Amino acid sequence: MTDDGDDVEIPEVDYVSGSGVPIRGNDIDTDQIIPARFMKVVTFDGLGEFAFFDVRFDEDDNQKDHPFNEDRYQDSSVLVVNSNFGCGSSREHAPQSLMRWGIDAIIGESFAEIFAGNCLALGIPTVTADSETIQDLQDWVDDNPDGKIDVDVEAETVTYGGMTVDVTVDDAQRKALVDGVWDTTALMKSNAGAVREKAEELPYVADAAIPDAE
Amino acid sequence: MSEGTLYDKVWDRHKVTTLPTGQDQLFIGLHLIHEVTSPQAFGMLRERDLEVAYPELTHATVDHIVPTANRDRPYENEAAETMMAELEENVREAGIEFSDPTTGDQGIVHVIGPEQGLTQPGKTIVCGDSHTSTHGAFGALAFGIGTSQIRDVLATGTVAMEKQKVRKIQIDGELDEGVEAKDIILEIIRRLGTEGGVGYVYEYAGSAIEDLGMEGRMSICNMSIEGGARAGYVNPDETTYEWLEETDYFQENPEKFEELKPYWESIRSDEDAEYDDVVRIDADELEPVVTWGTTPGQGVGITDPIPAPEDLPADKQDTARRAQEHMRVEPGETMEGYEIDVAFLGSCTNARLPDLRRAAEIIDGRQVDDDVRALVVPGSQRVQETAEKEGLKDTFEEAGFEWRNAGCSMCLGMNEDQLEGDEACASSSNRNFIGRQGSKDGRTVLMNPQMVAAAAINGTVTDVRDLKEVTTV
Repeated sequence: MTDDGDDVEIPEVDYVSGSGVPIRGNDIDTDQIIPARFMKVVTFDGLGEFAFFDVRFDEDDNQKDHPFNEDRYQDSSVLVVNSNFGCGSSREHAPQSLMRWGIDAIIGESFAEIFAGNCLALGIPTVTADSETIQDLQDWVDDNPDGKIDVDVEAETVTYGGMTVDVTVDDAQRKALVDGVWDTTALMKSNAGAVREKAEELPYVADAAIPDAE
Repeated sequence: MSEGTLYDKVWDRHKVTTLPTGQDQLFIGLHLIHEVTSPQAFGMLRERDLEVAYPELTHATVDHIVPTANRDRPYENEAAETMMAELEENVREAGIEFSDPTTGDQGIVHVIGPEQGLTQPGKTIVCGDSHTSTHGAFGALAFGIGTSQIRDVLATGTVAMEKQKVRKIQIDGELDEGVEAKDIILEIIRRLGTEGGVGYVYEYAGSAIEDLGMEGRMSICNMSIEGGARAGYVNPDETTYEWLEETDYFQENPEKFEELKPYWESIRSDEDAEYDDVVRIDADELEPVVTWGTTPGQGVGITDPIPAPEDLPADKQDTARRAQEHMRVEPGETMEGYEIDVAFLGSCTNARLPDLRRAAEIIDGRQVDDDVRALVVPGSQRVQETAEKEGLKDTFEEAGFEWRNAGCSMCLGMNEDQLEGDEACASSSNRNFIGRQGSKDGRTVLMNPQMVAAAAINGTVTDVRDLKEVTTV
């Protein structure tokens, strides 16, 4: 392993394929995706079982009606949601819990920005389509829980049930996923010299705060 | 595209380069960290054998899970103790300054940054917390980030971001008695929606904003994210400079104040700046706003009727129906008289000194309703200390409020301060999401601090202006 972590493998995510699971409703916030009490941990391991916990279980831990509880969706990896999904808290615990539950891609009407950024940092595409397209897809998933959904990140299409629909993937997200540069640490660290110069130019940054060149 | 705004200028000053993805790599002038979203990032750094690149531009505190009642170490709550110990270890190893509870400087991260003068105009500020937008009140470009981005900032001093559009929200006029900054932002979110700000940064301007103190400006910028905008800011002015001059940093480095002022002046939005959108709001027309639902956008003036779902835009109807069922409210009625069980005065939105002072004025000489559990959680140890000196603690305690130590507390229900069962809470915080305050059946009504005080006294949501009239008779 090199000192600057250059050898971290970053897979290219140009294509995601799997069966779907629909979660309906607008403004589903990150407190709902992962309630704060499950954040009392210093790693993200094991968060998968707590995804949507409070809407999946009652006080006595009995299962409630929720797609994440249904047998037919247990192998699903493409989440289909409505608008403003992931709003609220910036907690990366939310996409981490979805990823650890088994989600590899999310298709929705719209996403909150911090949530979408957090998904990108994990290599999870957040692709968007209009409300009608999403509802059709959610209905299709209901009827075809084992049906395959192909998310082509590069071509910006979703194919299911013999039909291909256009979707939108934010330009930077698409490029980052397709080229395998969505984990930005090593990439940005390689610009350390330019970063130091920028710091030196800023009137409020003390010289002592700027590290020496490596 | 916007041009000549504070956002454009601060962005340009901090842009290192354009990354192959098309995102810009932005230099970060201040990285604030806390105990809940940072440990995993330090873990990732260790896995990759990386060090913290700019420890002196990083500052830590503990707020999210820290107990606000008994603070003897080890904390009774094992998870709180573990997270605290982890943060202590991480900051010690990296050489990061830590405003821990023994320093007297601890508090909610968005309260202590401005207090200590770490928050300054023209800085880029990030923190693993969505309410980082608060610091925009000083003319900083401040936004929340996730844990992988915290790793990026720790390792490189930079973050990868796409530039956004700028919407100017012009608020002119004068606020009525009992109406506060909180009501301005609740009104903005009510009008523009919880996702109206997605893709935008909000510039708050106009006479009503200029008339506000820094605390009020912080309350507004704080809730930008509830309207979907990742960042919000106010151009720096004399009010900003007066605050800065009193802070630790500029008390200790007075020469820096004059040295940096030209920079602060230079990043103000130009008179002829171009915006992607402009929205106007008349402050004269505002009354105290309270929420009736389960998103911060589901708000209503205290004397106005709760809307019928069918009268709302089609895409808002389902959410509204479910929210009204959860909250047990009826369309056509007002929120006045809605029974509450808990009154929470705290959070990064409204737990600064003037917030507590205004609430104390309402409380003074009155008693909290017998059926209400009421607590005040100051935003920081400094707020707490000053409030205690001013006698505010006595005022609150004599009225029946609990007086706590600083932290996030019942805003997000991570520590022991939580709603129980289906309790309803009059809250000065920022989110009324289902489950947010620790109970999935809990019901949160967001409002300004004076309104929380009034609700605590009456045991029901109350128009604070009615209580003021009683006082003056």
